Amino acid sequence: MIPELGQIALLLALAVALILSTLPLAGAVRGRADWMALARPAAQTHFMLVAFAFLCLTASFVRNDFSVAYVATNSNSALPLPYRVAGVWGGHEGSLLLWLMMLSVWMLAVSQFSKHLPRPVLARILAVMGLISVGFLLFMLLTSNPFDRLDPVPVDGNDLNPLLQDPGMVFHPPMLYMGYVGFSVAFAFAIAALLGGNLDATWARWTRPWTTAAWSFLTIGIMLGSMWAYYVLGWGGWWFWDPVENASFMPWLAGTALIHSLAVTEKRGAFKSWTVLLAIVAFSLSLLGTFLVRSGVLSSVHAFATDPRRGVFILVFLVIVIGGSLALYAWRAPKVGLGARFNVVSRESMLLGNNVLFVVAMLSVLLGTLYPLLLDALGMGKISVGPPYFDTVFVPLMVPVVFLMGVGPLARWKGAELPDLARRLRWAAAVAVLAALATSWLAGRVSFGATMGFVMTYWIIASLATDLWERIRPAGGVSTSVFARLRLLPRAMVGMMVSHLGVAAFAFGVSMVNTYQVERDVKMNAGDTTEVAGHVFTFNGVQPVHGPNYEAQQAVVEVTRGGKPEVTLRPEKRIYRVQNNPMTEAAIDPGPTRDLYVSLGEPVEGGAWIVRVYFKPFIDWVWGGCLMMALGGVLALSDRRYRVKQTQPRETAAGPAGARA
Amino acid sequence: MKPRHKRLILIGGVVAAVGVGTALVLNAFQSNLVFFYSPSQVVSKEAPTGRTFRLGGLVQSGSVQRDGVSVRFQVTDTAQTIPVRYEGILPDLFKEGKGVVAQGQVGADGVFVAREVLAKHDENYMPPEAAEALKHANAANRKMANTVVKEAAK
Repeated sequence: MIPELGQIALLLALAVALILSTLPLAGAVRGRADWMALARPAAQTHFMLVAFAFLCLTASFVRNDFSVAYVATNSNSALPLPYRVAGVWGGHEGSLLLWLMMLSVWMLAVSQFSKHLPRPVLARILAVMGLISVGFLLFMLLTSNPFDRLDPVPVDGNDLNPLLQDPGMVFHPPMLYMGYVGFSVAFAFAIAALLGGNLDATWARWTRPWTTAAWSFLTIGIMLGSMWAYYVLGWGGWWFWDPVENASFMPWLAGTALIHSLAVTEKRGAFKSWTVLLAIVAFSLSLLGTFLVRSGVLSSVHAFATDPRRGVFILVFLVIVIGGSLALYAWRAPKVGLGARFNVVSRESMLLGNNVLFVVAMLSVLLGTLYPLLLDALGMGKISVGPPYFDTVFVPLMVPVVFLMGVGPLARWKGAELPDLARRLRWAAAVAVLAALATSWLAGRVSFGATMGFVMTYWIIASLATDLWERIRPAGGVSTSVFARLRLLPRAMVGMMVSHLGVAAFAFGVSMVNTYQVERDVKMNAGDTTEVAGHVFTFNGVQPVHGPNYEAQQAVVEVTRGGKPEVTLRPEKRIYRVQNNPMTEAAIDPGPTRDLYVSLGEPVEGGAWIVRVYFKPFIDWVWGGCLMMALGGVLALSDRRYRVKQTQPRETAAGPAGARA
Repeated sequence: MKPRHKRLILIGGVVAAVGVGTALVLNAFQSNLVFFYSPSQVVSKEAPTGRTFRLGGLVQSGSVQRDGVSVRFQVTDTAQTIPVRYEGILPDLFKEGKGVVAQGQVGADGVFVAREVLAKHDENYMPPEAAEALKHANAANRKMANTVVKEAAK
């Protein structure tokens, strides 16, 4: 009964989405207030229906209803409850439902928090999001229905892929999808503005918080995916430039560029058509990412058995959404105008540099990800593009980005003087170089790559400190104290600083771990020891352990440092009963300055095991940096000016440009 | 500076950035593409020596020999077999008789020295490269069988 209710809810949601995507849009064209007024209640109903369907699928998982084909393939009665819930998005059909769920959440949020928007604008935005929902609902109902029944009903389910039975997997997909789908808001705002022709600074101000929110979710989602790979795949790496990772990274790069260009559009009214294009690109890449990962084109843990109908539907959908929006852009963008002028040296030009670099980086990742697929599709042979390509392209592109990150915030809008900037930043530059050399020396080995990484880290910190000091230092005649001025800094400014500090922490972690990590694969008998970076690891043999749905061999590894016991690590080699697959469960002792990482390879003759022992300095800073970037986004979101209701429809900051548009 | 000059400089800067980016990409692309070969192709010397490539096929049953951290095994596409040497830990789903993809180089002794052995993510899944190799080998085998039959008929 429950699956049928879910099915009905999805059908009703499709009906509501069809109404939502047509009537309000027509109302906006014809000026019919009653049609436009449908948009908000329709979005709310849509949310309730999709949420109900989602609950139905969750209930089927919790109740072990193996008559539902999707539950039978992705769950098992022995699976612990949290993983049964996470199993909802463990496969193709359910993750589409999760995607749709997130879309309906964003639509609800837009309908709740955008009451102050002019009615035609809100109607257009919700209608565009409704159109996307129609596409996804059709895809689900026609090709990948999560509520399909099985006959005869299997006795038990096929279990969730063991790799996905990890706490990281419970949170990674919802966060990632919140980010992906969040870009649909910026996309819908952009399309609505193109349709309505009201592309100005107000538009940018409305779009900014939504984009920042989506970007923060996406950052957290990617971070969780990276942590999952580190914990579960058992190789101790945190990023592999795997096509699946790239699929989530490309929208992030476009989204980062979008955040920065939106700042220019809001403050100065410039880059308008470029910003719109970026909004379209960011969401198109999210769609592409979702489908690349889900369609089975890429062979990975995320890909599922392919069905040609799905492939065709996906292609058609992508062509309609991406092609349609780009066509609309080509038609309407020339009317948008260029916006305010600026100098060669100005904050605008530096943000433009940021944008160009991020887009080039995104395109290079796109090329590396799609080229092998393209060659394969054309039957021109199988190739693969590995991490060396991405490293050699990506890292050099990020060096100027980081340099600009230091200079940009100090440069004035409209026009700045190079000698002046150089004078203000000379100490920051000196400090960065000296501190980097000192860190390299302290780390014990001076390497070019790591030193460059440290220079980037300290450059961000020092230039940020300079910026902060210039903003809060006691100025002549004004009696406010430094702390009072600190409190007066706008939240958006603080958010930017925290995010940029996050980049510094990230760069530091990456430089440290890539250069100074120690990895050792050793054959160990019970009682054998091995020393890695001053830590002595003693292997005390393995013992059997029974899990809820797996059997494991658990090793006991004592770690001592300088003769003193430090920690006992218990890595496992698990065999999951249903799918009979082996899984490596690494044991990690995390710390602020280093992780100790032990994972079991395979047993060899005489009770010995191949053991992988890693020393990973500062690796947690990589994720800590991501967390700070996302936190900065949240801080920026909480800036007061986004909550102040707009009484005047036009912002003066846009000046003549706004009028021209 | 006139506004026109400023704009020219700006456009020049953007073009230069894109140009440098493209140059980096193409250069890196040239040197980092990894091609795929099947054991039959390696035997017939189609695979390059001294350059990294991927080798795919099945792990020959009974061929896996461990010696401490290093492993030796044979990769077959049912027509030809290539010996492989690897140092380190094999992925969880590495099994005799199952599909495998190894990345590395062929040494002077004809042994493929793998730097990486790729994991597949579930039991039923076959790496596309390995599947390709088997398909080719099957076709080759059939052709050979046909020729034999034809020659016998003569």
